[in-house]
Amino acid sequence: MKRERTLVALAGQPNCGKSTVFNALTGASQHVANYPGVTVEKMTGSYRSDGTRVEVVDLPGTYSLTSFSPEERVSRDFLIHDNPSVVVNVADASNLKRHLYLTFQLLEMQAPAVLNLNMMDVAERRGIEINSEELGRLLGVEVVPTSMKTGQGKDDLKEAIAKVADQGPGERLAQIDYGPMEPPLRKIQDRLSETWKGPHAYPLRWLAVKLMEGDPDAQERVRQSYSDPEVCLDLVEEIRSAFESEHGETPERHIAYHRYQAADTISRSSIKTRKGEGIPLSDKVDRFVCNRFLGPAILVGVIYLLYYLSIVQGYNVTNYTWPFLAKIRGLTEAITPSPGFIEIPLIRSFALWFVDSINALLNYIPIFFILFGLIAILEDSGYMPRMAFMLDRLFNRFGLHGQSTLPMVLGGIYVGGCAVPGVMACKGIPDERSRMATILIIPMLNCLAKVPLYVLMINIYFAAQKGLAMFFISTISLLMVLPVAKLLTLTVLKRRPTAPFIMEMPPYHLPTIRGVLGRAVERVWLFVRKIITIVAAVAVVIFVLLQFPGLNDDRMAYYESEKDKAISAFYQKTEGAPFAQELQGENLLALVLYWDAYKTAKMTAGGKEAVDKANAEFEKKNATFFNIVNPGKDRTARNANKALKKLVKERSGLLREMRKERIDASFLGRLGKTLEPVTQWAGFNWRVNVALLSAFAAKESSVATLGALYDQGETGDQSLEKRMAEGETGFTPLHALALMLFMVLYPPCIATTIMVKIQSGSIKWMLFSVIYPMVLGLVVAVLIFTGGSALGLTGLQAMFAFYGLALATTIAAGFIKNREDFS
Amino acid sequence: MTLDELGPGSTCRIKKLSARNKLGQRLMDMGVYPGMRLMVVRNAPLEDPMEVSMEGFFVSLRHEEARFVEVELQ
Repeated sequence: MKRERTLVALAGQPNCGKSTVFNALTGASQHVANYPGVTVEKMTGSYRSDGTRVEVVDLPGTYSLTSFSPEERVSRDFLIHDNPSVVVNVADASNLKRHLYLTFQLLEMQAPAVLNLNMMDVAERRGIEINSEELGRLLGVEVVPTSMKTGQGKDDLKEAIAKVADQGPGERLAQIDYGPMEPPLRKIQDRLSETWKGPHAYPLRWLAVKLMEGDPDAQERVRQSYSDPEVCLDLVEEIRSAFESEHGETPERHIAYHRYQAADTISRSSIKTRKGEGIPLSDKVDRFVCNRFLGPAILVGVIYLLYYLSIVQGYNVTNYTWPFLAKIRGLTEAITPSPGFIEIPLIRSFALWFVDSINALLNYIPIFFILFGLIAILEDSGYMPRMAFMLDRLFNRFGLHGQSTLPMVLGGIYVGGCAVPGVMACKGIPDERSRMATILIIPMLNCLAKVPLYVLMINIYFAAQKGLAMFFISTISLLMVLPVAKLLTLTVLKRRPTAPFIMEMPPYHLPTIRGVLGRAVERVWLFVRKIITIVAAVAVVIFVLLQFPGLNDDRMAYYESEKDKAISAFYQKTEGAPFAQELQGENLLALVLYWDAYKTAKMTAGGKEAVDKANAEFEKKNATFFNIVNPGKDRTARNANKALKKLVKERSGLLREMRKERIDASFLGRLGKTLEPVTQWAGFNWRVNVALLSAFAAKESSVATLGALYDQGETGDQSLEKRMAEGETGFTPLHALALMLFMVLYPPCIATTIMVKIQSGSIKWMLFSVIYPMVLGLVVAVLIFTGGSALGLTGLQAMFAFYGLALATTIAAGFIKNREDFS
Repeated sequence: MTLDELGPGSTCRIKKLSARNKLGQRLMDMGVYPGMRLMVVRNAPLEDPMEVSMEGFFVSLRHEEARFVEVELQ
């Protein structure tokens, strides 16, 4: 009988080449999602075989199928509830005995299994011979040897999948003899079958073994589908403790041990090793890579390279991609209603704001693409576990984990990362408490978007000690992050479950271009889909907060009269000119816009040729206007040019003043003022407050908003540094230091907040991740500003004092012990 | 004697796992079980964790975790 659709699950231990098998089977048609309720990635793909659509789900790589880790639970639930027609058990042929440990667990679940011996080429090179017929006979399943890296055996595997899909699992699946545990297992099985409600949802023997292991998830299953669960569970508990006292060994230990023994017996009769094991190449490499002195040096080199290629070079790439985004903005300008003399249509300013907000994020895509590609290389090569191995001691002291290294590198451990991929990478940390701590501290690292504010502040207030100040701000974040992580794991995260560190050090692999590019594209796409939609929504909200309630009628009337004054002044000066008639009414605005366009065109044109071309174009568009904007020696035209220049300047002055006033009166502006009584202790006036509030959408906004607020509207060509220095005469280096430190601790931007929600799986933690840095930031800023002022410290002295304090706190925090819950 | 007391280069046989719960299960799942021969390969640059090998399979674990593995020197 032909089916329309076959569901296939790929199961296997980590590092068995499972994703290679997945890629080989499904080709390009892949899709990533999350399993409901957990942060485990679900990879699905499909292929066609004989008119049947074969859907392949790549289960997370797990060593076992207990319910201790989310990955194992997810795999187990999928096998039980989704009833795949075939379970392909991928195993590393060069290390088969260990991999059979999982195979036996799959067989215990009565899974319709195909055993795929992958990496046969590696096994052959190591002189390992496997008799796959014998192995298949002993296990009672189809066995397919492959070397998927070269695609060898792919068709055989597809054939075996089709066969098992048609015929179901083998008749005589190998069953482990648990020796003295068999009688108790039978007892539990009998009990279960006596009073089971309806048809059996789970293989009975499997459930009995799991209950014997004391598996909490299995107990829950009994509670749900059993008529008298507590009696049964009490019986199980009784049997378990009786077994332990009789045999002097816990049931779960006994079970695992017998699985290994069975694996050992089977591999003895079907595997031959020709030559003795030499030292594996990976171990030889590790003599250097994990060496006491060379190891850390290589680590720093790798991290530096990661930064350099993604952040520095990626930023250079954005120079090439930015013009495309600028075109989108240009297009938006073109299709939205054009601006009036001083009235900018709301729809226009909204559309531009919206495009700018999205562009700000899209601009990062080249950086992300390179970053994700490099991470895929690190993951596939096997260097990642080495990183964790080398740094675990350091991070563990602060409640973090060896595997916090990568997220922290991405977040900007020195300066210039991005919290979004950083938080995203936390997924891999197996220890729940460390994972949450890492998620919560990543936003405090120095992301790329915080840098413009640092540069601005340092240029104005620490100009003489630029290098020192930059070093301070780059390293202070780590010194604050470590004690904060410690504090979090000792307080709010105290009760979170921990997990043992114990981790496989897999052999090194050469990453494939396909695998790396595929993953990079996939993750960039995930980022775009998840983040951009939400940032778009928030951009709307911030726009409303900054734009409304807007100017009242009185003020509007005032600006109207200012505008009329400017216009009549222009007409007075151009009276009697031959082209005066052509500048009446609507035409005047057209001339002003023409002027703006001409100036922009001339500024962006490179070289004499381009300028000539632009000139010709503008002359063709409107010869009269061209004569005015480019008057040459014509006297009347030069006069008009001068008048126009003044008019344009007055117009942009009015526009700026209106924008400033609108922000002053806006909801956000009011909020900034409301907060001033509190923030004044940190040295922030309401303008700074508004800038900080707007930075919540994206941190780059802080400098942009300051730019708008400190606009003097006169010449427009003064740098923001100058404008701010002149605009805030009361501002001292101490103010600047407080502001910079607040920026370090500043709550995550919207995009990161969303990622925190996704990775922590709860809105509660998301809110926490926003609120606690705000409180902490304010405390630190008040300490610097109010404390510094009270002690009469200069900005530089306060900087040194705070650095010393942070360093001392970090060292002290390293000595406090965390609770470990396994014993 | 327990595994955490051994230095790089020493070889031993695993006698008993004294950890229960998660750690015990995890050790078992990673192939650390009684009877297995094990060699300490190296310590991390900061001394902790340690790396051990069993039948060509390499695993790293913290010393505080290795404390729960009873071994006899070979």
